[in-house]
Amino acid sequence: MVEIQKPLPGITEATKPYWEAAKQHELVLLKCVDCGHHRHPLAPGDSFMCPNCTSVKQPQWVKASGKGRLITWTVVHKVFLPAFANEVPYVVAIAQLEEGPRMLANLRGVKPDEIKSDMEVEVFYEDLTDEVTLPQFRKAE
Amino acid sequence: MADYDKPLPHMTREAQEFWQGCKRHELLIQRCKDCSTYRHYQRPMCPNCGSWNAEWAEVSGKGKVYTYIVAHQPFHPTFVDDVPYAVVIVELEEGVRLVSNVVDCRPEDIYIGMPVEVVFDDVTEKVTLPRFRRA
Amino acid sequence: MSLKDKYAIAGVGYTPQGKLPDWTVRGLFLEASKNAIEDAGLTAKDIDGILVELCWTDPTTQCWSLQADLGIEHTGLCANYDSMGASAIAKVQLAAMAIDAGLCKAVLCAFVEKSATAPAIPYRASLGAGLAYGFFGAMPGIAMAAQAHMSKYGTTSRQLGEIAVTQRRHACLNPIAQMRTPITIEDHQNSRMIAAPLHLLDCCLVSDGGRALVVTSAERAKSLRHPPVYIIGMGQGHVILDLPERPDMLDCGAKRSGETAFRMAGVTHKDLDFLELYDATTYNIITQLEELGFCKRGEGGPFVEGWRLAIDGELPTNTSGGMLSEAYLQGWTGLIEVVRQLRGDCGERQVKDAKIGMVTNQGGFIGFHSTLILRR
Repeated sequence: MVEIQKPLPGITEATKPYWEAAKQHELVLLKCVDCGHHRHPLAPGDSFMCPNCTSVKQPQWVKASGKGRLITWTVVHKVFLPAFANEVPYVVAIAQLEEGPRMLANLRGVKPDEIKSDMEVEVFYEDLTDEVTLPQFRKAE
Repeated sequence: MADYDKPLPHMTREAQEFWQGCKRHELLIQRCKDCSTYRHYQRPMCPNCGSWNAEWAEVSGKGKVYTYIVAHQPFHPTFVDDVPYAVVIVELEEGVRLVSNVVDCRPEDIYIGMPVEVVFDDVTEKVTLPRFRRA
Repeated sequence: MSLKDKYAIAGVGYTPQGKLPDWTVRGLFLEASKNAIEDAGLTAKDIDGILVELCWTDPTTQCWSLQADLGIEHTGLCANYDSMGASAIAKVQLAAMAIDAGLCKAVLCAFVEKSATAPAIPYRASLGAGLAYGFFGAMPGIAMAAQAHMSKYGTTSRQLGEIAVTQRRHACLNPIAQMRTPITIEDHQNSRMIAAPLHLLDCCLVSDGGRALVVTSAERAKSLRHPPVYIIGMGQGHVILDLPERPDMLDCGAKRSGETAFRMAGVTHKDLDFLELYDATTYNIITQLEELGFCKRGEGGPFVEGWRLAIDGELPTNTSGGMLSEAYLQGWTGLIEVVRQLRGDCGERQVKDAKIGMVTNQGGFIGFHSTLILRR
């Protein structure tokens, strides 16, 4: 596979299952065993505590539908790193997943002037390398 | 010369002349052009009178040991073979102090007030370190 | 017990600003500090408190090395302070608190920026995997919030353009501003996109330069070189920085920051003669006007229309040209300008009868906030 020079996500013990699921083209979230609240595994604080009820019990890894609604986005035109030179302009978006948490990813396949706040998006997967797959957004079918 | 693997000094722009002087085996110390106060480390402004006019003056290289320590613990892997070794602060005749070592001298023979004079150690092709010997 | 009226900014110091390849960070720190100390009518020996922000492109100059470079044998306060872009004002607040507590009598706050000639390191705009998605730095982060604001309230890019044009006009009246060519709204609209919806002319400059100031008691300041500029209100407000995790993406922390400052000062919005608002982008101005309570949330766009923020307008804002057009010196561009305006020292860009002014700082991606209200 072509060598990618994008900064890859730092994979920690706590977030490993997230990236392994992504490799299998699945999206997983953490679900609190006490109150059922879902949180994104990459949210700051790792998986230490449930932000909803403060439970510190080990949460469950659950599959997510990958469906969500777009909250906001930006279209990056400036080349901040050479690895992104052939992608500009590209969209970085924040969407609210069906299960509740927000997620950040690129939004692919939508022209900048066709992006609408609140539009339905779904997660798909971009294989960056043999080891790393990035969950991404696209317009929901 | 043998491969020198110890850490080298961080060469800043302000200190260039000091290190070039060392390479020529000259000990240069910054001196305020307006009030003639020497200062080390090199700084853009005179802490005594606030002047920005400075020059580099060659000094005698003579001084006394102001204080010292003897390292028994190798704090850095490249100093493992040197312990125990002494690190001294030398107070030059001109009043400024610098950190260095005393060569050809056992740590137990060093004492506060011991007269010393500078010698130059060409540790690499580009870097010369000022050290001291008994005067 | 309130700190209102008890502390003052007694001296301010500038350095050259713009592209300064031959100046070192250390040299700029000393130049700014020396000038601020002299402006106060003091000498380095009178300073017994030092607060610096590390220059993020070259953090080798620290609080203790500045103390050594100034030849100050003893200080009662000496620290590196980091609330990101909100640091400048936060340091002035801490200086007043330290003098109040009896730790010291004259505090030097200093800062240096080297973004014009030092290599730019793109840093993460989000804690998660943001870098892998190309989400770098403050501009895309602020752009996200700006986009959310536009989607919800219909704020337009042209409204942002008015802010950029107004501040450029102000810079044209400022002999040391980096950008002194007037621009129009069309120029703003035609300037290239950085991270949509933000154009180049929505974003602040890159600059090299340093600034410093000296805080003393009000009593002491009265006996020094310039008429004192008294601190009457202080506040800070910081929210969860990470945008995906921030519960209210349009909350920039300014509400609590402003309310605390207004309460201490015992003044309201209509008492302010001018504002120096942190302007990393034009959107920063909109969100602050709303969150500080000058208008309701969502009304910031229409609020700035009609050149309201011009020096000769209803609410003079960023009178030196700000970071958009004077120089990007983080929170210091506005902080020094508020002092100069209250001294009556601003020549062509002087706000008439400037008696009370507010200055703000923001940090991170529009999530940290600090406020100072001052009077002459």
